[in-house]
Amino acid sequence: MMRQPSVVMRIGLPLGFGLLVLILWELLVGAFNIPPAILPAPSEIWAAIERSTAILWVDWVQTVVKGALTGLVIGSLAGFGAALAIDRVDFLRRGLLPVANFVAALPIVGVAPIMVMWFGFDWQSKAAVVVVMVFFPILVNTLAGLAATDRMQRDLMRTYSASHAQTLSKLRLPAAMPFIFNGLKISATLALIGAIVAEYFGSPTKGMGFRISTEVGRLGIDMVWAEIAVSALTGTVLYGLVVLIERWVTFWHPSQRRGR
Amino acid sequence: MRRFGPVLVVVLTIFALWYVSSFLMNRTWVMDQATRAGTDPGFSEVLRETMNQDRAKLPAPHQVAAELYDGVFNKKVTSKRSLVYHGFITFQATMAGFALGIIAGVALAVAIVLSRVADLTLMPWAIISQTIPVVALAPMIVVLANAAGADSLMVPKAIIAGYLSFFPVLVSMVAGLRSPGGMQLDLLRTYGASPAQVFWKLRLPASLPYFFASLKIAVAASLVGAIVGELPTGAIAGLGARMLIGSQFGNPMIMWSALFAAAILAALLIWIVSGVERLAVRVMGGGQA
Repeated sequence: MMRQPSVVMRIGLPLGFGLLVLILWELLVGAFNIPPAILPAPSEIWAAIERSTAILWVDWVQTVVKGALTGLVIGSLAGFGAALAIDRVDFLRRGLLPVANFVAALPIVGVAPIMVMWFGFDWQSKAAVVVVMVFFPILVNTLAGLAATDRMQRDLMRTYSASHAQTLSKLRLPAAMPFIFNGLKISATLALIGAIVAEYFGSPTKGMGFRISTEVGRLGIDMVWAEIAVSALTGTVLYGLVVLIERWVTFWHPSQRRGR
Repeated sequence: MRRFGPVLVVVLTIFALWYVSSFLMNRTWVMDQATRAGTDPGFSEVLRETMNQDRAKLPAPHQVAAELYDGVFNKKVTSKRSLVYHGFITFQATMAGFALGIIAGVALAVAIVLSRVADLTLMPWAIISQTIPVVALAPMIVVLANAAGADSLMVPKAIIAGYLSFFPVLVSMVAGLRSPGGMQLDLLRTYGASPAQVFWKLRLPASLPYFFASLKIAVAASLVGAIVGELPTGAIAGLGARMLIGSQFGNPMIMWSALFAAAILAALLIWIVSGVERLAVRVMGGGQA
């Protein structure tokens, strides 16, 4: 079929495209004299990042580590645990799956103001929003994954007289892993959105969402873009980490195999 | 009944749990009030108090339902307090963003399928674009749209909604346009079909089921984008703005009714889109897809 593209092409082309956009951005801002209050050039944004590394670090810890990651871990574990429990009871599975599917499609970011009211302005309310947002994608995907084994495979386990726990750990959980990682990929991006959205409803005087909304008010647009750059990098790295772990855990899956 | 029985039980259980939690969460306030007044209310009195607070920590389901009904039916549609009014503003932004997302998603998918260079260059960036939290970008999109001459908040909101909804369309369309197998492609080659004919007569029709399947996800994402776009942009109308107002005035009823209005809007949109999907499948002569 198609020729495999070389590594140089696979990395060089997207990287080159990104650089091209940055260079065009820099040139256009200079050529049209766009004021920094509307669109700062990449070089000015870089200067802002270097100038206020300390502030960016404090915001990053507040939003990403305390808000998003705590919520992501708690929410994923809760969704995963709930899925295991629901999976044991057929009645619950038939009742909860349609409801969970429905809720997963709703705009759950809307719970942000309620969580801020319940848990206060600090990171706890941000983590709570992330927990609620992450719970349903993980639950739905884990349940779908646990149902992914076929009759023959389960029958084979029964002929080995495997217990429920053994079937789960040796057959059904490994088979569910691609689905669970799918849920984790969705959740990783949702977590950052949830943590930042919650800060628009009230936060202590640090955090990426707080900094963005106050700097927009003070026309410190270069600082806003610095925060955007940090959040973009964080989102991409977080997603990349999930993909790396997936490759390591589900090395046996056809989509992960490499032709050699 | 076999299908709906368990769902009904689960939904009823959720409502029961909701009532219990709202009793437990609102009790503290009632007890504080009673201590201050020096009275000692009985259980039934506390129960009644917890179910009817104006600023309850967790309003009971019937309070949310009453507020929702009031906001939808008892207010004039043009009133600033009508949920229909706010819902319609958000709906408009959602639809504009949905259209934008479909156009961008399909166009990018066609480019990616037709050109190897576009595939290698654009696909990684499409993925990266979704890992960037769009809420962080939202205020900048507003600033840029204003500088470019957009005079309402509709344009930036639609761009944010489109930013979230193009990705599911793109991924499904790439899969759909690549779905014809070697046999079908070979058949067209024996007919001496040109690449353009292969695209219009085989690839595009083959991709349509994938396209319609992606629309449900895209419309839900678009609504999230429209609501999120209203939060940091200083909007005063729309369901997201309504949530912000409820939060600023410390009025939980506004927040809860806006949240449920958004949920109902999402359900309606998904229902309409799946109706269109079924209709399209039937018109195109497909079976049970």
